[in-house]
Amino acid sequence: MAHRTFFWFILPSLAAMLLFIALPLVSVAVQSLHIEHEQVLKVTKNCGPFGCKEETTVNAEATQMLRDQKPLGRFNGLNTYFDRGHLATAEVAQAWQERSSLGGFLADLYNLPLYKAIGFTLVYTFVVTPLVILLGLVIALGVNRVTPILKGPTIFVSLLPMIVTPLIGSLILFWMIDAQGIIGKSLQYLFDDPELSLKASPALTWMTLIVYGIWHSAPFAFVVFYAGLQTVNSDSLEAAQIDGANRWQQLRYVVIPHLMPLVIFISLIQLMDNFRVFEPIVGFSAQANATSLSFIIFNDLRGDVMRFNSAAATSVLTILGVTILLLPVLIRTWRDFKGKAI
Amino acid sequence: MTSRANRASKPLMIASTGFVLIWVFIAAFPFVWTLWGSFKVQGDFFSKADWRYALNGTRTAIETGGLFTGAGYEGAWVQQEFWRAALNTAIVVLFTVLISLTLGTLGGYALARSGHNYAFWLLMIALVFRAMPHITLVSGYLLPFFEWNLWGHLPTTIIVLVAINQPFTLWMLHSFFLNIPKDLDESAKVDGCTQFQAFRHVIIPVMWPGVITTGLFSFLLAYNDFAVTSMLLSKDNQTMVPAIAGFLGSTFEEGNVMFAVAAVVSATAPLFVLVMFFQRQIVSGLTAGAVKG
Repeated sequence: MAHRTFFWFILPSLAAMLLFIALPLVSVAVQSLHIEHEQVLKVTKNCGPFGCKEETTVNAEATQMLRDQKPLGRFNGLNTYFDRGHLATAEVAQAWQERSSLGGFLADLYNLPLYKAIGFTLVYTFVVTPLVILLGLVIALGVNRVTPILKGPTIFVSLLPMIVTPLIGSLILFWMIDAQGIIGKSLQYLFDDPELSLKASPALTWMTLIVYGIWHSAPFAFVVFYAGLQTVNSDSLEAAQIDGANRWQQLRYVVIPHLMPLVIFISLIQLMDNFRVFEPIVGFSAQANATSLSFIIFNDLRGDVMRFNSAAATSVLTILGVTILLLPVLIRTWRDFKGKAI
Repeated sequence: MTSRANRASKPLMIASTGFVLIWVFIAAFPFVWTLWGSFKVQGDFFSKADWRYALNGTRTAIETGGLFTGAGYEGAWVQQEFWRAALNTAIVVLFTVLISLTLGTLGGYALARSGHNYAFWLLMIALVFRAMPHITLVSGYLLPFFEWNLWGHLPTTIIVLVAINQPFTLWMLHSFFLNIPKDLDESAKVDGCTQFQAFRHVIIPVMWPGVITTGLFSFLLAYNDFAVTSMLLSKDNQTMVPAIAGFLGSTFEEGNVMFAVAAVVSATAPLFVLVMFFQRQIVSGLTAGAVKG
């Protein structure tokens, strides 16, 4: 296709992406370097019967005017990145110097908002992703054995947790795990502890969110694996049987190698999606015990005072995180591409 | 996979069937339970005294006189004007899907037919864009949108959702167009068509299966979105998902939780219908990306 034709075909799509994905990234970077104007102070002399006093008051009108004129605020350099709400370099250095043990240091680190969010985001991403792959594979192997007539309905039901709006899905489960909901009540009964509440402790909240994540994403892995299973070469399976491979060996040495490219595909998509975990925290009202990077950005933006600079700095750090996460994939693709070109 | 040697032993068959049954239960039960509970009063849905209240509807019978009540639905749709949110969702979703597909088909077609290096790089950039958490982009939009008075309107949200949707749409349609033989439009060009005419008269008639599948996923993205719609829409223009979140924030008085439950069930219903009718397309769409690698 000629360059010119290609350009006209891709233009609308490219323009949309440049304007609403690339530019916002620039906007985020610029905002993160600025901070809201300080309040304009006014010094007035207040003279009474006992002499004059100087009083400093906030000039609300002038402050508002300044803020309206220059909404971006004043230039702040990288200060936002290093303050307590973000990388908190000073606090981290102090915690490191005063550490009694590595655990104590990590506990101190966990008290800082950004590190708390990073902690949960990483744990969520790297626990949910492998478990989703495992569960998806087992479901796919199971459904593959179901009588053909029942396959359709089984797949229909299996798709539901994935297709449902994440916020709605988490709300549905949230109501069920409520101390008065059916799962919450059942757990109290099972563990014989009428005070048991999944919302109370951080560990239980983390577990709840991770279980939700697996419930929500397993269908995706299942569907992809299920489609992959339909294309397993039956000749190689039969050959393996003739060579005396038992069921487990057939699975291990024929089926799983066949599905390996799909595992990579699912891990890639799941890493991207789990890293942005956000709705479940809103749905489960879990912010006291678990926050994610996306959630703290949301939190900065929704209050009465929107802290654009703080949200922007977290966003930039999040984007760096995503890039690091994707780097192995990008490098691999680039190598493949180079290889093809030669 | 029907060969005799492949038939499973009995214990394995039982284990595998049992596992599938457990999974089906885990996948479906929350929905069934919430649907059932949405016709009860709060005292039954969250039963303090006895969990069987939820099944028998004991409190519902005491409070309303019947075993089922539509009070939650009435409260949500009439009292809290959930229909407005539903209408907004319909508008946002419809236009997002239409615009996404129009831009995506043109772009995806070009990417599939161009053999140049930059097509590869564009796809790579699209992949990186696909990985951006949506909320980071939202924090980029807010300030400019406030300044230019674009904040709060439906069209703004539609355009933003279209853009966020583009990377995925491009990838998907790109792989569908790769499946349509190149000879089709090449021969049209030999007959004297321009590239666009070839696209118009040869490709468009055969592209619909791919476009419908991609459209389903655009629909899901727009319908399920919370990050963008909750931040970019004013209260009057809210769509269903942020509206439901709003129910929770403002109302924890007796009975109002049931509004949220009813709204949740109402918002889930269209998704069920969608899966029921388009199951095959959804499955093929999920795997299309995978098979291409």
